[in-house]
Amino acid sequence: MFTNNPFTALTDVLPANAMQIYVILMVLAVFAGTLFDIIHKGSAKYFFENWRRSKNKGSQEVGGGDLVSLAIKTGLVDVLASAEFCSVRRRVAHLLTMYGFVIYIITTAIMVFGYATPATPTPGILPLLWWIGGLMICLGGYWFWFFIRVDVTAEGNSPLRIMRADLFILSLMGSVTLGLIWAYLQTRPSAGANVFFGLYIIATTVLFGSIPWSKFAHMFFKPAAAFEKRVSYANGSRSNLPVSSDKPEQFGHAREQPRNY
Amino acid sequence: MPTFVYMTRCDGCGHCVDICPSDIMHIDKTTRRAYNIEPNMCWECYSCVKACPQNAIDVRGYADFAPLGHSVRVLREEAKGTISWRLKFRDGREKNFESPIRTTPWGSIKGPAEYDAPRPEDFAKQELAHEPEALKISGGLPALRPDQLKQGVV
Repeated sequence: MFTNNPFTALTDVLPANAMQIYVILMVLAVFAGTLFDIIHKGSAKYFFENWRRSKNKGSQEVGGGDLVSLAIKTGLVDVLASAEFCSVRRRVAHLLTMYGFVIYIITTAIMVFGYATPATPTPGILPLLWWIGGLMICLGGYWFWFFIRVDVTAEGNSPLRIMRADLFILSLMGSVTLGLIWAYLQTRPSAGANVFFGLYIIATTVLFGSIPWSKFAHMFFKPAAAFEKRVSYANGSRSNLPVSSDKPEQFGHAREQPRNY
Repeated sequence: MPTFVYMTRCDGCGHCVDICPSDIMHIDKTTRRAYNIEPNMCWECYSCVKACPQNAIDVRGYADFAPLGHSVRVLREEAKGTISWRLKFRDGREKNFESPIRTTPWGSIKGPAEYDAPRPEDFAKQELAHEPEALKISGGLPALRPDQLKQGVV
């Protein structure tokens, strides 16, 4: 099950070209959706306005070399290690979902474009990584949804409440869960596999097609915001925040994690 | 002078939702970021501003009270036991303050519930809870003796 390419068996009902065209359409939907999001919300305009304001308020000049160094630190620390999260649970859940998504998407693309037909046997490592990526997304995503989500019962809201902000996480969880179920059913003689494949495609289309309305584009915006924050600390403006105290960290922490359920 | 949230800094962790005594900091349904749902009920206690781990919350004075162009920002660092304020005036002046929060580790002081309950006879006494030990006065509480009083007053 874990070493079978689930897309190979699809060629009985769908030509490989159709799968590849669908993947290309989803990639285009990401670009178009993100671009629409940026233009509609004015994100780029406000980002650069904020950048200029921070630069004018800063007491120190940040040179080109420093900017490159800050960009590298942002990439390594804030993006790859999700260091902006102050809560360990939220950070681990996000890392699982993020890396799971990257592994899942890359292996999907490789299997669809490189090994879509039975004539090209798929190396066992690819479906295995596909499963691992999918399971990581499920672990991180469901952990967030059931245990980490805030402003729920502690504030009088139903845990079953669904809002627009949930569009990304629910469509992602739906797509991956249905995809894994479909891949599992493929290894069993079952007509249900085609039904789940249909549902999988619907959920995946919702995931990539709803980018202008969902939080999908945060994966592009947050690194930019993290970089701007590092530059503002480097140039002395620090968003008008005071300088961190030079006293030693000797008292521990009193703040508890919010209890939302 | 209500609070507002910088959405690019907020990660929706819910600390402000938890701490707001007015119950007016909640999570936005579209962006899953915090926001002040009722600015006119905000009493500017700065609890959410100090509690936010991302320093994503700020307070904006109403223009008729605090003209635009000023900035008051706070940084609470509980591990260091300090709270720092940075005040920027419209004319460019800047003032920085740093104060201690405490001098002992968090959790080192007994809470009220950890003390024994008062006995019924304690309520008849003049001393308040933890007195006279907490006053740290040697020789007990000072009290007037009758011979110290003016004649005819008692």
